[in-house]
Formats: sequence, structure tokens, C-alpha cells
Amino acid sequence: MSELSRRPADAVVGLALPHESAALHVTGHALYTDDLVHRTPHVLHAHPVCSPHPHARVTRLDAAPAMAVPGVVRVLTADDVPGVNDAGVKHDEPLFPEIVMFVGHAVCWVLGETLEAARRGAEAVQVDYEPLPAVVSLTDAIDAEHFQGGRPVIARGDVGAGLAGATHVFSGVTEMAGQEHFYLETHASLALVDEGGQVFVQSSTQHPSETQEIVAHVLGLDSHHVTVQCLRMGGGFGGKEMQPHGFAAVAALGAVLTGRPVRLRLSRTHDMTMTGKRHGFHAQWRVGFDDDGRLTALEATLTSDGGWSLDLSEPVLARALCHVDNAYWIPHVLLHGRVARTHKTSQTAFRGFGGPQGMLVVEDILGRCAPLLGIDPVELRRRNFYVEGQATPYGQVVRHPERLAAAWEQVLATGEVRRRCEEVAAFNAAHPHRKRGLAVTPVKFGISFNFTAFNQAGALVHVYKDGSVLINHGGTEMGQGLHTKMLQVAATTLGVPLAKVRVAPTRTDKVPNTSATAASSSTDLNGGAVKDACEQVLARLREVDAGRGLAWEELVREAYFSRVQLWAAGFYRTEGIHWDSTAMSGHPFKYFAYGVAAAEVEVDGFTGAHRTRRVDIVHDVGDSLSPLVDLGQVEGGFVQGVGWLTLEDLRWDESHGPGRGRLTTQSASTYKLPSLGELPDELHVALLEHAHEDGVVYGSKAVGEPPLMLAFAVREALRDAVGAFGRDGTSVELASPATPEAVFWAVERARAAVDGHAGHGVVEGLPGEVPDRPDPAAPALHPRSEQAAHAAGEA
Amino acid sequence: MPDPQVTVNGQPRPLAGTPTHTNALDFLRGLGLTGAKEGCAEGECGACAVMVARPAGDGSRWTPVNACLVPALALDGQEVVTAEGLGTPEHLHPVQAGLAAAGGSQCGYCTPGFACSMAAEFYRPDRAEGADGFDLHAIAGNLCRCTGYRPIRDAARALGPATPTDPLAARQERPAPDVVRTRVDGFARPADLAEALALLAEHPDAVVVAGSTDWGVEANLRGRRASHLVAVDRLPELRGTSTDGSVEIGAALTLSEVEAALGDTVPLLAEVWPLFASPLIRNGATIGGNLATASPIGDLAPALLALDASVVLASTDGDREVALADFFTGYRETVLRPGELIRAVRIPLPLAGRTTFRKIAKRRYDDISSVAVAAALDVVDGTVVTARIGLGGVAATPLRARATEAALEGQPWSEETVEAASRVLAGEGTPIDDQRASAAYRSAMLGNALRAWWDEEGSR
Repeated sequence: MSELSRRPADAVVGLALPHESAALHVTGHALYTDDLVHRTPHVLHAHPVCSPHPHARVTRLDAAPAMAVPGVVRVLTADDVPGVNDAGVKHDEPLFPEIVMFVGHAVCWVLGETLEAARRGAEAVQVDYEPLPAVVSLTDAIDAEHFQGGRPVIARGDVGAGLAGATHVFSGVTEMAGQEHFYLETHASLALVDEGGQVFVQSSTQHPSETQEIVAHVLGLDSHHVTVQCLRMGGGFGGKEMQPHGFAAVAALGAVLTGRPVRLRLSRTHDMTMTGKRHGFHAQWRVGFDDDGRLTALEATLTSDGGWSLDLSEPVLARALCHVDNAYWIPHVLLHGRVARTHKTSQTAFRGFGGPQGMLVVEDILGRCAPLLGIDPVELRRRNFYVEGQATPYGQVVRHPERLAAAWEQVLATGEVRRRCEEVAAFNAAHPHRKRGLAVTPVKFGISFNFTAFNQAGALVHVYKDGSVLINHGGTEMGQGLHTKMLQVAATTLGVPLAKVRVAPTRTDKVPNTSATAASSSTDLNGGAVKDACEQVLARLREVDAGRGLAWEELVREAYFSRVQLWAAGFYRTEGIHWDSTAMSGHPFKYFAYGVAAAEVEVDGFTGAHRTRRVDIVHDVGDSLSPLVDLGQVEGGFVQGVGWLTLEDLRWDESHGPGRGRLTTQSASTYKLPSLGELPDELHVALLEHAHEDGVVYGSKAVGEPPLMLAFAVREALRDAVGAFGRDGTSVELASPATPEAVFWAVERARAAVDGHAGHGVVEGLPGEVPDRPDPAAPALHPRSEQAAHAAGEA
Repeated sequence: MPDPQVTVNGQPRPLAGTPTHTNALDFLRGLGLTGAKEGCAEGECGACAVMVARPAGDGSRWTPVNACLVPALALDGQEVVTAEGLGTPEHLHPVQAGLAAAGGSQCGYCTPGFACSMAAEFYRPDRAEGADGFDLHAIAGNLCRCTGYRPIRDAARALGPATPTDPLAARQERPAPDVVRTRVDGFARPADLAEALALLAEHPDAVVVAGSTDWGVEANLRGRRASHLVAVDRLPELRGTSTDGSVEIGAALTLSEVEAALGDTVPLLAEVWPLFASPLIRNGATIGGNLATASPIGDLAPALLALDASVVLASTDGDREVALADFFTGYRETVLRPGELIRAVRIPLPLAGRTTFRKIAKRRYDDISSVAVAAALDVVDGTVVTARIGLGGVAATPLRARATEAALEGQPWSEETVEAASRVLAGEGTPIDDQRASAAYRSAMLGNALRAWWDEEGSR
């Protein structure tokens, strides 16, 4: 066992503790970025002027009428930018654009003494546009070959031979919608200028270091002039990984130009219309099965809807391609990926980062093909699981596949799946208009940033003379309980009670060059760094103690008077990973997180309304650092996934009318996320036992993203229930999201199906519908370091 | 008249100088009470929930409302409790302690709102002990994006009774604050109907508000501003109920108050309440406001159309009664004249014997209808004698399904009749495609409404 994962007796890690800020949350005392506005004097408020066009050239911008509005202080335009007019890291996102690329794109920002004044000022700004043609839907973009960025390929074996040798070949298309993050706290920044021209930005950001970089390059400053702090976020889910930078930069620019603090907080409408979402995907596929239902080959082309700029679309696509296999061994694989450019918000990271979209492709294939193969979907999935020694299509050996098999068996047993399948069948036989369905699905999710350089973290641990401990680390707190775990790690490593340790707000001037709090990796990375720092201090203290066994406070005091350094900077980098982003192969993940869910649903055939009756989950978090936190991540991720797959319905106006390109679900009243009523009647969650992960901090595993994909079980259960409205062996094509309306139409198709195919769905036989094979000369993904160097060269 | 002020967490706070468009949430946050959050600014998420002392019998009830929708000036004279007023980090309120211990907060942003909604239910005087005593509908208007709700649900179910010494429980023993008359620039709360009508006559462009659940959205999301707001929700003439000859409901009663006052008197309405928005909205929205706003997708209008209700309109010229079926004239337009108010809603008695309410929406609770169908039939000796069907979501106004009614009346109450009427019903209205549903789905849902009703209870 590695030193990193060895857990001492009586460890503070492993205790089920509430969130470290729980008492502040419940009393309203926890402060978020915008709460600071009411504690900061003389703040100016920023309001955007947003484009009504999805694509247009700005031919005239007249801010003078805004300046005539009482209370308006300044209008920020491109002319005001002292540095680089860009909000991204790829230099494709002008902060103040000459050509607007989506409805809601901010042309300029108005600063006012009150938000009301700024809003009125924004209304008064006169902008003339020359409308340009706009591509709105993903399928239109595919037809027009309107792509951006690299076109990665993952290939193994000979997919043609694999399909030719298959007993059954099917082909089809799978489409899935994106998802709005709907963190309850919208984007917020508060910027002010300190003495000496230092810029201090408080931001609701998952990536303070990158926010700092962007603010600096917009202002034309070096990074050491800019400090970014994040107290906590009211949810992030990936939506605050790349998207906050421009807003922070606008606030900072305003603060520099006016000398006053500037607050920029998006309304919900602005947040929904201006910021990126989960990528919707379109996938064409051909798949082969042998006599026993074992996968022989898979060819697929995945196209994501990237929106107007690249943002994180390339790494999201890479992760999608790396997860098309999910838990299944497929000997011959050919996967193409491409990013469509559409005139919509620039889609971005969202919990799972493309993994869910990739996995949904294979789960959709298995769900649709099982009836055609005449094999129970539960059995079909299990039969295709990876076993020891097999590798993913990108060449990484799948370690511990037996843990997934164990979780699968545990869910079948504790969920009484076999017995309940019979109950479901009996119910369905007795009810012509209501049908139940039951499904079991697996999750295998790779942990680490695909981009190897991001797998590093820093921490700063101070032990004060009185024995109290203050930790800083590079991760941000967005509700996931990272700070709680870091406190537990520090207390465990130092061997002190939890109450001795406090965590300070995340700041770029404490720990520099941090990675985004993302990819589920923040506990692995920052936990490693915190532990390293604590161990450095501890090693010095042990020398002072010299085996005397002094009490902590006494030891610390003696160390101080012996002039021993009582603080340390810790560092961690994930060992043993490598990734070639051009060849799309390597060993990108430290390990895989596993999970299994069984879900039972009931569908009303009159309306398509559905309800989840029971869910059983076994999820692998290694040796849990903080079981209450981990349980919360599993349950919350699952419900968020259910929202994506069954309820949350992003709609864009694809008409050629005046509203073209507009997000029509831009408010809480039109975009519905799960409420208490969507909670399953019964929800049983267990953490997988005997799951120690060697080489990871105190034997734990990452937990942020993987549970989202447990929600596939609900989608597949809906498919099962819909199928029960048709004849045995009906293959059901289900839209994603499977809203009541979508389920209703699927029921109608199942009822009308005569030959086992509900709708136009799956094509049988070769060659079938051959997925697009992008031009071999199309650009591959380039390593991010190359892109960064390229961008720096341009600047 | 004294300067307007509101009592927040026991402390008087002046309201003078507050702009008319400033909502209670922004006002409270401006005081440094930043526990209540803005999550949506349209009463959908509950992150801004606070408790207000409202009259109930001889005492009062802590009633949670969405602070983002209420004009701050509308709180003149009232008592408000925020999450900060429930407990402190050192001395948590039982609701707060339960939420914290259960893992009921992750990011914490929605949590103060949950705490207020839960606390109001915690203090419900007739709340039974035990897990089922806590009515989970109480938190149906609060959204959480992190936890998946299970720990919040469990924390709610585990709550014990309030202790007798709990000051907020004790506060409910005393009457709610007296209604005060407010007259400041741009905002007026008249003392009685006569003053209200005089004000409306004086300011024909004034916007009438009660719970502001509609106006608040207009003001927050669409930037609408009014030169004058006239608050009518406390007018005594608009707050009575009677069941003498007909059921008469004062227009300024909130939907929660109507629900409590009617109980099971009108079974069709009893079906509507749990599906109508959320308790946070029903605690603000009034029955008169819901009709006056004339939304084609409101849930109450179809039900009241099926009940053959009428509205009593008051003006300085006196009262007039208009059948609800004649009230709506176009998209968000009614026969209301300038200076006229809805005073009451009348439902004729006796009620039809068979009624149903069918709501089609994406979410089970706290959602807006794509289609709503309310039906009220009198079946005598197996024959449908009268049929009234109200529809929402399928035209520019709520409307009666006249052709379907004709297809039912005089026919035997049978599966065949239902099938024939269902085919007619599928063709009613002029449904459109929008972000909530397609026109085809809306028509299909019309067609299936009676079939589903028959399947569930038709032959009974």
C-alpha cells in the first residue's frame, strides 16, 4: 500500500460529518460573492447590452444616450480595453465583439450608481446591426459542415472486419439535448482596485487562476497584479469553470477605469441566455453483436453542439469519445468526433464533461438492440462487461473490473431485481394504460484531467504558535464538500482534532497556478497537496519531539522557540498518467470510478407522465473520506442526471422568424429542473465496500461526476415501460430528454409497432447507415500546451 | 399617517424612500440580511423565501412567501422573519439543526429559503407528530440543485414539535399586525374598497396588486414600472366567503386562504390546489388576481369555468356580475374597465356531481400547465344531463369546450360516449407549439383527458 493511501487508526477522514459551512448555510450567514456588495461602499452596478440577433455585425454603437440617463457613470466598450480584448484562453472570444455570435451576446456594459440606472442606461444604448446568416440547430450545422476545432479519432482493431464477422449488425442515430447548469447562484463578480493599482476580484469561479489570467490579459497587467478570491459558490457543476472569466474581466475593467468597486451579477435570464451549457450531441452508429449478444464492433461519429466558440468543447469531446465504451469490452472500435459551430451560447463543462454524452450512446444502443437480439437488457449489459486484463479503445487497461461486477450483483440482490421484474410483468399484464419498467445500468468513469498538466495541485498549511492550523489549497468550494474533506485530511495527517483546523478562502495569492476545481479530481489533487504540506510540518515537529510524545500545543510551542518552520507549501502531481491527444491514446486516468443503479418507473399511457418508484444504487468512492458528503454527491448527482435525461428541456428558436436563435426556455418558469416531486419514492444508496484505492489520498476515490450517470437506469427503465405498451420484442426509440411528451410519443409508436420497430429507429444489416467519416486530412486535437503557446505568440 | 416601516426579525426597519419597484428581497438584502437569495426573480425557486405573520383565526400564522415578488412597500406594518431570524450558527433553530445534520445543504444557496418554508410548516398549529405530520408540499416551491432532496425530505420528516417556549410559536397565539393604510409616492394601500376605487378613478394608469405574483415577475424580468401601485389584498370587502345560495369567495383571499376556507366544499377546487404552482405562490396569489391577469395557462380559470362561476366587478358606479365564460376577451384581456376591480367570485350551487381536474405539465408539482382540463358533469339515471368543461393552454384565453359539452349532454355516461366526446375534445381550441409542448401533444392531451378520467373512475 502506498503512503498516500495508508489510513491511520482513529482517522478523522472516514467520519460522516456535515458540510463544514452547514451552520452558516442554514442560518443565511454563509457569504457568496454578491452578498459582499451590501458590505462594500460606493459600488457601481454593471448591466449588459445584449444582441437580439444570433449572428450580426455591429455597424454602429452609440453610448451617448446612455450617459444621459441619471445615475449612469460609464459605458464600457472595446475602446476601453488596455490589454487583450478577449475573454477566453483560445483567443476566440472577444470580450466586446464586433460581430455578435448569439442572441444575448454582450456588445457593451453599462455601469450605474444603481442596477436600475445601469439597466435603463443599457436600454438607451443605440446599436445598429447588419444581420448575418445564422446556423442554429445541430443537424443544420452538420449538413452545412459548420465545424470548429480538431476532429479526434479513436481506433482499435478493424471495425469493418468486426462488423462483417458479426451475427447481427444494427445502425441508427442517437441524439441528446444539452443541459442548463442552473446553479442557484448566478455568475457574480465584485472587483476593486487596491493600493498600488492591484486588482482584487471576488468571483464565483471554479477556476480562480484562469480568471486571474484572463483579468490580467484584458487589463494588460502581469498576473501578480491581480488577485482572485472565491469564498464559495452557490453551485458550479462545471458552469463556472470557463465562463466566469469575461464577467470578472468586465468588473475589473470597470473598477480600474472608475476607481470604484464594480459589481457584475447576472440575472437568471442573463445567465441562461449568455452562458454556456452542457453540449447536446448527435451520434451516428453501427454496431455488431455475436450469437451470444457480445459486442464485436462499434463505429460511431459523435458531433457535439459547441455553440459559437470552442471554450472547452475539444476536451469535452475527447472525454465523450473516451467514454463511449462505458463498462463494455468492444474488440473493434472506430470513433470519430467533431464539434459543430452554431450561433448559440458557447457550450462548456458540465458535470461529467462529455462522459455522460459518450456513455449515453452505448447505453442507447444496448437499450434499443436488446429487444431485437431477444436478450434481456440486464443480461445483455452484464455479458459485455470488461474483465481483468482488457483495455479501453484508447489503450488503458481497465483495473478492478471485478468491483463493477460486485456492485452489479449487490444491486441485483439488495434491490430484489429478479423478484421485482416479475411484479412489474404482473402489473403490466393487469394495466392496459399504465406500465412499469425496471432497468439496471453500470457506470465506469475515468478520473483525472485528460490534459495531463492539469493533474497538479498546491496547498499552504500554517500552524500557528497556539497549535491552531489554517489551510489554503487551490480548490474551490461549490457545495461538493471539498473544504470539509480537506479539513479531515489535514486533521488526520497532523493527528489533531478537527476543531484545530480551519480552511481559508481560495485565493490566487496564496496558492498560484491552480487547476480548475473540476474533473472530480479536486480531492485527489488538493488532498495530496494538503497532506504533503502537513507531512512536511509534521516531519519537523517529530524531530523536535524526538520521541518524547509531547502534546500538540506544547510541541508546536517548543518548535517555534527552537526556530523550526511551522508552515509548509505542499504539492501533488498524479503519477503514472500520460495522454497523447493527437493519437487519442495513452493512460489518461489514474483509475476508474464505478457505480450501478437499478430503477423502477411507472408510465401513464394517456399522458406520458412518469414517476420513479424505486432506485437502488451501489457506488464506488473507494474508502470514503467523508461518507455524508459522498452520499450527498451520489444522490445529488443522480437526481441531476435524471433531470438531464427526463425533464430538462432546452429549446432554441430554430424558426426563420425574428426570434431565430433565441433560447425560448430562459427562465425557471420555462426550464424545469427536478423538484422534490421528482425524488424517487424509495431511494437506497450504498457505498461499495472493500473498495480501497491504492495510490490515492487515504484510499479514497473521486465522486463529483460519476454518479450523474447512474441516472441512465431511469432512462432505460422508461424505455422498458414504454416497450410494455407494444408487443414483446419492441425496440423503443426514446428522445433525450424523455419528457412526458417524448414518452407519450414513444408509447404511441410502441403501440403502433408491428414488426418490433417502434418508429424509424434501428436499421438491421450491413452496410446499414454508415456514419460520416470526416476527411482524413481534418485537423486532430492539438495538445493544449501547443495551443497556449500559439495563443501567447499571437498576443 | 406614520412613516412606513416593517418589523424584520423583531426590529423595526424604515421603508421610507424605498422605490416602488424595489422588492422585499432587495430591501432585506440592502439591510445586510443577505440570507435570502435571488435564484430566479420570478417565484419559481424559493431561494428568497421569508416568513410573514398573517392573520389566522384569533391568532396569526407564519406564512412563507417569495420575497422577490412582493414590493417592499407592501410590507408596511407587517412582521417578517428571515433565516437569520430563526437561529444563529451558535444556536440553530430546530429546522436549521435538522437540515445541517442531515446533509441538507451542499452549496447552501437555496438553504435559507428551505429553512423558512420548513419553519412555517414546523409552526403549523395542527401539524401532527411523526414523519407523516410534516406536509412535504410545504417545500414544493423550493428548488435545490445539489442534494437531490432526499436529506431535506428526511430532515423535514424527523422534526419534532415546537417547544411551548419557542418565541415564534408563541407569536402565533397573538393576532397578526393590524392592516395599515399606506400612502407614499407611487404606492398606496387604501383602507377600504371606497378608497381603493377612488384611487383607481384618480389614477387610471395605476396597477392593481395583491400578492404581486404576476406583477413581481413583470417588474423583475421585463423591467415594467408603474407610476402607481394600489394594493388591494387587505381590503376587508374583498376578503369574505359565504356559501349562502352560492359559494362566494372574496377576490383578495389568497389561494391558500381559499383552500382553507372551502375545505372539501368544492371538490373540483380541492383537486386543483396541490397542482397549482407552489405554497409560496399560493400564499401570495389571490383568486381575483389569478383571474384578472387572464393568463391562458392559469389553472384556476378552467376549473371555475367548469363550475359555471361568475365574477362580481366593483367600481364607483356599483357592482356588476359577469359570467366567467364572458370575462376573457383576448390574450391577457378581460372585460374589466379602467377603475374596476374584481370584488368576488361566485360559484353557483348545487355543484355538479362528477368533477375532475387534469393538468398536463413537465413536472408533477410546481409547474405551469401545457394543458389543463376541468370537467363537471351532472349524471342522472345514467345520462349526462349537463356538461361543463373548461380548458387552459389551448387558446389565447381559457375557454369552454362547447362542442364537447354538446357531445356529452343527453348521452348515456358510458365508455362509448366518452370515446365520442374525446374525439370532439381533441379538436377544441387552437393549440400552438411552444417551449412547453407541441400543438399535436396538446391536442392529444385534450383527447385523452376524458378517457383517462373514465379509466380511473368513470364507471364508478
